[in-house]
Amino acid sequence: MVDESQTSEPVIAVKSGVELKAQAKDLNFFYGDNRVLKNVNLPVPDRKVTALIGPSGCGKTTLLRCFNRMHDLYPGNRYEGEIRLDALNILSRQVDPIEVRMRVGMVFQRPNPFPKSIYENVAYSLRVRGRIRRSILDEYVEGALTRAALWSEVKDRLQEPAFTLSGGQQQRLCIARALVSEPELLLLDEPTSALDPIATDSIENLLNELKSQVSILIVTHSMQQAARFSDYTAFMYLGKMLEFGNTTNLFAKPTNPKTEDYLSGRVG
Amino acid sequence: MIDKPLERSVLPHTKLPARFWRKLGERLIVSVLFLAGLSSVATMAAIVLLLLWESLEFFRVVSFWEFITSTEWTPILSRDNPQYGILPLLSGTLVSAGVALLVSIPIGTVAAMYLSEFALPRVRDFIKPILEILAGVPTVVYGYFALLVVTPALQTILPDLGTFNLLSAGMVMGVMIVPFVSSISEDAMQAVPSNLREAAHASGSTRFQVAWRVVYPAAISGISSAYILAASRAVGETMIVSIAAGGLPQMVWNPMEQGATITAFIVQVAKGDLPRGTLEYQTIFAAGLTLIVITLALNIIGHFLAKRYREIY
Repeated sequence: MVDESQTSEPVIAVKSGVELKAQAKDLNFFYGDNRVLKNVNLPVPDRKVTALIGPSGCGKTTLLRCFNRMHDLYPGNRYEGEIRLDALNILSRQVDPIEVRMRVGMVFQRPNPFPKSIYENVAYSLRVRGRIRRSILDEYVEGALTRAALWSEVKDRLQEPAFTLSGGQQQRLCIARALVSEPELLLLDEPTSALDPIATDSIENLLNELKSQVSILIVTHSMQQAARFSDYTAFMYLGKMLEFGNTTNLFAKPTNPKTEDYLSGRVG
Repeated sequence: MIDKPLERSVLPHTKLPARFWRKLGERLIVSVLFLAGLSSVATMAAIVLLLLWESLEFFRVVSFWEFITSTEWTPILSRDNPQYGILPLLSGTLVSAGVALLVSIPIGTVAAMYLSEFALPRVRDFIKPILEILAGVPTVVYGYFALLVVTPALQTILPDLGTFNLLSAGMVMGVMIVPFVSSISEDAMQAVPSNLREAAHASGSTRFQVAWRVVYPAAISGISSAYILAASRAVGETMIVSIAAGGLPQMVWNPMEQGATITAFIVQVAKGDLPRGTLEYQTIFAAGLTLIVITLALNIIGHFLAKRYREIY
């Protein structure tokens, strides 16, 4: 049991001078009457990798899906508080979730390419933005596949169905699909949990290279993964944000006892 | 060593039936299930055999070439010089079925898309049963609806339209077929995994783009089988065309004219009392065989189309 009185409000902030791409402020989220996120604060530094860790059911995926308003797809969900993307509060009623999703890309837990060709999978994100010249489309698709480290493997088979690719390649294709529209923020929900170690390694290398171009917020169940390549780490527990900090510091000397328990394998 | 039968059941106060009876019961059940499965196959085989048999008699007198090329069909009308060309009936069938598909495929697809991707559960629960009632209305009612309501209504826009015409019959037939298209298409769209929808939404799609660019193509295999079923229903529909399309077998390509379909002709002949074994009597089997061949062809085309355009998920 968590004794509320003993858990002092954690300080969730970054050092001054770090630019933020996005920031959740006093965010509460409800599935119906069920409050799943409790006064969550999370800074997402610009062009850095921020990892969300915590035991299953702590609300990290729920939090991630607030950043592109995915919860709007299902009835009965409600947000309270703010998420700033630059200066814009994307949870505001005046903001169209589709416009948010055009600025924020997402990659899911299991590779979910569309049942279309490799080319059309990547082109999709541009096609939904309106008519576009074929030559420009070709250029963007090649660019996105290159950044997703997939181009050399698929350049001769762009018209083949995406399902002919291996699991790791499919996930990189999904990353290319998210990158092609040049998002400012890329959300990844345990992107390697369905992949083998080699495919996982290639995705991690890829994300490492991407962070110079795009801010990344990644949910991971693997502490090693968070330690390996994230710049910042946030630890969530039972719907609360317990600790946030520079990854090296957080892993070396966590300030919250819960974080320490989790990192040492006593919880979760 | 395990061959020794169990003396008594493992549970107290119960007794296993003797092994002989157990085995017999099991065999009996399996054979009943097998027969049930076989019955549909056997029926199909019997129908095809009957049609082939009687048609064979027909084709002894009338050449197959005349049957498929002659543009006149007067087996009963003309005593002296009857003509046996299936083309007039075929054209009537294709025109009325074509009109029906032009109505049912767009409406049925859009309805399915609405029900599967847009409608709130409450609205869906209200609309679905009503749509399904459409399929349950007796076709004779549809026939008179076409003749007495739709045709006069169309005549206010198209003054040249005759009392009997393929347009009105085809349109009403299309309405009748809408629930077949929408119901199967909706099932196919519902079967599309929701992670594809989420991926599409996350890419910034509108709900319509998700439905049209992702869900519809992903479900096309099931949807095309809905279209094929619709086409088979349209080709085989009898009552509506008998009542509202007129019965004059003529080469028609214009839906505003009257025409006879294969099915309408069969009904027309069956209503009269033609003696068995006469050539006139055998014409209906040749016509019936043509119908079966069309439906079979549709199914084969549908199968290959579905295979060709299938998007595996």
